[in-house]
Amino acid sequence: MDNGQTFWMPAGHSTVAGDVDALFYFIFYASLVLMALVTAAIVWFIIKYRRRGKAGLTDSRAHNTALEITWTVIPTILVFIIFAWGFKAYLRLNVVPANAMEINVTGQRWFWSFQYPEGISAVNELVVPEDKPVKLLLSSKDVIHSFYVPNFRIKMDVLPNRYTVAWFEATDTGSYNLFCTEYCGTKHSEMIGKVKVVTQGEYQKWLEAAQGPSEGQSLADYGRQLYQSRACVTCHSIDGKPGTAPSFLHIFGEQATFEDGTSLVVDENYIRESILEPRARIVKGYQPVMPTFQGMLNDVQLNALVAFIKSLAEHPPTESGDQGDANRESTTESEN
Amino acid sequence: MSTASANVIPERNYLNDPKGLKSWLLTKDHKRIGLMYLFAIMFFFLLGGIFALLIRWELLTPAVDIMEHDTYNKMFTLHGAVMIFLFIIPSIPAALGNFVLPLMLGAKDVAFPRLNLASWYVYCLGALFMIYALVTNPADTGWTFYTPYSTQTNTAVISTTLGVFILGFSSIFTGLNFIVTIHKLRAPGMTWFRMPLFAWGTYATAILQVLATPVIGITFVLLIMERLLGIGIFDPALGGDPVLYQHFFWFYSHPAVYIMILPGMAIISETVSVFSHKKIFGYKLIAFSSLGIAFVSFLVWGHHMFTSGQSELAAIMFSFLTFLVGIPSGIKVFNWLATMYRGSISLEAPMLYTLSFLILFTIGGITGIFLGALAIDIHVHDTYFVVAHFHYVMMGGTVMAFLAGIHYWWPKIWGRMYNEFWAKIACALIFIGFNMTFFTQFIMGTQGMPRRYFTYLEQYQPMHGFSSIGAFVIGAGFVIMAVYLIAAIFKGRPAGNNPWGSLSFEWLTSSPPPHGNFDEEPVLEHGPYDYDTIEVVATK
Repeated sequence: MDNGQTFWMPAGHSTVAGDVDALFYFIFYASLVLMALVTAAIVWFIIKYRRRGKAGLTDSRAHNTALEITWTVIPTILVFIIFAWGFKAYLRLNVVPANAMEINVTGQRWFWSFQYPEGISAVNELVVPEDKPVKLLLSSKDVIHSFYVPNFRIKMDVLPNRYTVAWFEATDTGSYNLFCTEYCGTKHSEMIGKVKVVTQGEYQKWLEAAQGPSEGQSLADYGRQLYQSRACVTCHSIDGKPGTAPSFLHIFGEQATFEDGTSLVVDENYIRESILEPRARIVKGYQPVMPTFQGMLNDVQLNALVAFIKSLAEHPPTESGDQGDANRESTTESEN
Repeated sequence: MSTASANVIPERNYLNDPKGLKSWLLTKDHKRIGLMYLFAIMFFFLLGGIFALLIRWELLTPAVDIMEHDTYNKMFTLHGAVMIFLFIIPSIPAALGNFVLPLMLGAKDVAFPRLNLASWYVYCLGALFMIYALVTNPADTGWTFYTPYSTQTNTAVISTTLGVFILGFSSIFTGLNFIVTIHKLRAPGMTWFRMPLFAWGTYATAILQVLATPVIGITFVLLIMERLLGIGIFDPALGGDPVLYQHFFWFYSHPAVYIMILPGMAIISETVSVFSHKKIFGYKLIAFSSLGIAFVSFLVWGHHMFTSGQSELAAIMFSFLTFLVGIPSGIKVFNWLATMYRGSISLEAPMLYTLSFLILFTIGGITGIFLGALAIDIHVHDTYFVVAHFHYVMMGGTVMAFLAGIHYWWPKIWGRMYNEFWAKIACALIFIGFNMTFFTQFIMGTQGMPRRYFTYLEQYQPMHGFSSIGAFVIGAGFVIMAVYLIAAIFKGRPAGNNPWGSLSFEWLTSSPPPHGNFDEEPVLEHGPYDYDTIEVVATK
C-alpha cells in the first residue's frame, strides 16, 4: 500500500487526491522559489555589505515605487490563484455525487462504528467497495471527534448535536488508516480504525458474511474476533492487566464487587447486562465510561462474546464443549 | 569598538535608586515593572520549556516512555496554556515594551504608572490560579478548551480558565496604558511618523489587546457557568452548541496570534535597521501594515474551523480574507530585506536572531498559505503540519524577535555586555535545533500524523525521534543563554550609553537609565533611522 507514497504526501487512493496534491505541489514550488530568493538576498547582503571598520553613513534611499509595486502585485496574483484553486478543489471535496451509497458513521470514545443500509454494523473497520462513491453521515455520541483518512485527503469533524457529511470514492483496493483528529480524551491516539477497500464482488461476499460466524468457526472463536473488531480490546485486556476497564482473564465464575457495595458471581446474564447496560453496575475502582452496545450487536454476536469470556475463565466450564481454551491466546490473529 | 574602558556604570540608576524590596514591590517606574514582568515570564518560559521537553521525550517512541496517556494529555495542555497565556502574550509588550517604549518616546514613564503596577499584580494573581490548577489536577483539554470535552472532563478547567480570564485584565491594562502613552507622551518634535516603528507595532498590538481580550473573558465566563450551573450554551446535552464555542474562542484567539506576532515584527523593524546601520525601507508601509493586519485579523477566525461543519460559504469567505492578511506580512519581509541592501551589516547576536526571524517567519508565513487554501487545509488540519506552522510563526517568529530584543536591550537594562561568543553559539544551536524539531513536523503532518497523539503508528517513529532530538538541541541553546545572560548582569563589561550605535532615544540616556529616564527632557532632532545623515559612534 506504500506504492505512490512521496516524501511529502501519503499515497493517494481517492478520486480527489490528485486535485489536492496538484495544488499542494504548486504552492510548494512557488514557496521554494520565494524561499530561495529570500535566502539568497540575505546571504548576498551579509557578504557584500558586511561592516568593515566604522559604520559611517549609508545610502539614504528608503523607497522605490516600482520595486514596491512589483513585490505587492506578484504575491497578490499568486495568492488569488491559490485561493481560486483551493476553492475549486474544496467544492469537489464537498459536493457528494448523486449515486453515492450512504453509510452512517458514529464516533464515540474511543472507537468508530459504522451502520450500513443493509442493517449491518461494524466497529473500527469500514469496508467499502472500490470505484463507488460513498457518502458518510457522521455523528458523535459524546464529545467532538474528527474523521480523517490521509490516503483519501478527507477530514470532517464529528459532532454530538448534528450530522456532518463527508464523501470519497476509493480508487484502489487496500487497507487505509482512519484517524480521529479532534482531541477526545485519554485514548484519543488509539481511536484508530481502518478503511478496507475491496472489489465489488468481495464487498457482496463480505455483506453476507457480516451476519454471523463463518463456516466451522466456534462461537468462542467468533467472539474473540468480535472482541477485536468491536474494540472491546481498547479497554479490556485478556492477559489480566487492568486498564481503563477490568481484564476479561479469569473473571467468569468469580466474585465481582461493585461501587455501590454489592457483589455477585460473574455469569452469562451479568456479561450480557454489562454489554447492553454498562452503567447498571460499575465494578469497584473503575469509571462509568463504557458506552452501551444496544442495537450494535445481534443475538448471535452477544452469545459469541459471552462464550469467549467464558473460555477465558480460570476453570472453563467443560460441559458446553467449547474449544476456545486459553492456550490459543498467543496465536490470536489481530485484524491489523 | 575599543573604547570600552571609558564606560562606567552610573552610580545612581533605576536598579539601585531607591533601594529595598518595598521600593520594588510598590514601584511605579515602568523599567522596574518591565523587569518584574521579565522575571515572571522567564520563569514561565522555563516551565513551559520543561513541559515541551517532557512531551518530546515521551514521543521518542510510540511506547510508554516516561508517562501515561492522561499525564501526557495534561502535559500538552499545560505546555500550550503556559506558553501562550503566561509567556508569549505578555513577553514583548509587558516585559520589553514596558521597559523600552517610554524611553523610546522620550517620556519619563507610561501614562498611568499605577495601572501599570496593577497590571503586574493582576498577572501574578492570574498566574496563581493557573499554578493552583497545575498542582491540583491540571486540565487535559488542550489549550483551546474545546466544548463539550471541557464541560465534561473532571480536571481543573475552572481554575485554569479563571486564571486566563484574570490574565486578560493585565493584558488590557497594558494595552490601554500604551495607547494613551503613545498618544500623549511623545517628546517634543516626535510626530507620528517620526516615532520608532517599535512604537507603531506596540500601538497596533495595544488596540488588539483592548478590543479582543474581552471576548475570551466572556467566553471563559460562559464556560465556567456552564460547568458550575449547567446553563446550556455550549454542551449539546444541555441544549447548547459546541461549535459556537469555537467561534467565540477563535474570535479572540486569532487576533491574539497578532497580539503575539506584531510586537515581534516591531522589534525586527528596529534591529534590522540598527544592525544594517541603514535607514529603514518603507517606513510608512511598515507602520500602516501593522494597523492593516490588526484590522483584518478580526475577520479571519473561521479559518481555524474549515473542518468544523461551518457552512461552505463561510469557509470560502474566510479563506479569501486569510489570503488578504498574508500580503501585508509578506510586504514587511521584503521591506526588512531591502533595508539590508547597501547597509553596513554587523552580525552581532541581535542581528543573528533577526536573520533567524526573517528565515523562520517566512517559512511560517508561507505554510500559512498552504493552510489558507481550503482543499489543502482539509488534509493537514489538526495534523503536525499545523503544529509546525504555528511553532514557526510563534517560536521562529515571536520568540526569535523576543531574543533579538533581549540581546539588543540587555546592555540598556543592566548596563553591561554579555559574552558575544557564547551568544553566537547559543543562537546557532537554537536555530539548528528548531529546524530539526519543527521542519520534520511539516513532513509528518502532510503524511497524516494527527496532533495531540500520545502514541502513534510505527511508520512515524523515525521523524518523531529526530524531532525529539532537535528539541533537546534547542534546550541546550537556552541553557547556554541563561548562563551568559545572568553572568553578564554581574560580571559583564560596562556597555556605555549606546553600545550598538543606534539613533533612537533610549540610547541617549545612561545604561542603566536613571530613575526618571532622562536627566533633561530630550527633543527630537533627527528621525530614529537617519543613518544616512547622522554620524553615530558605538560605545561598546
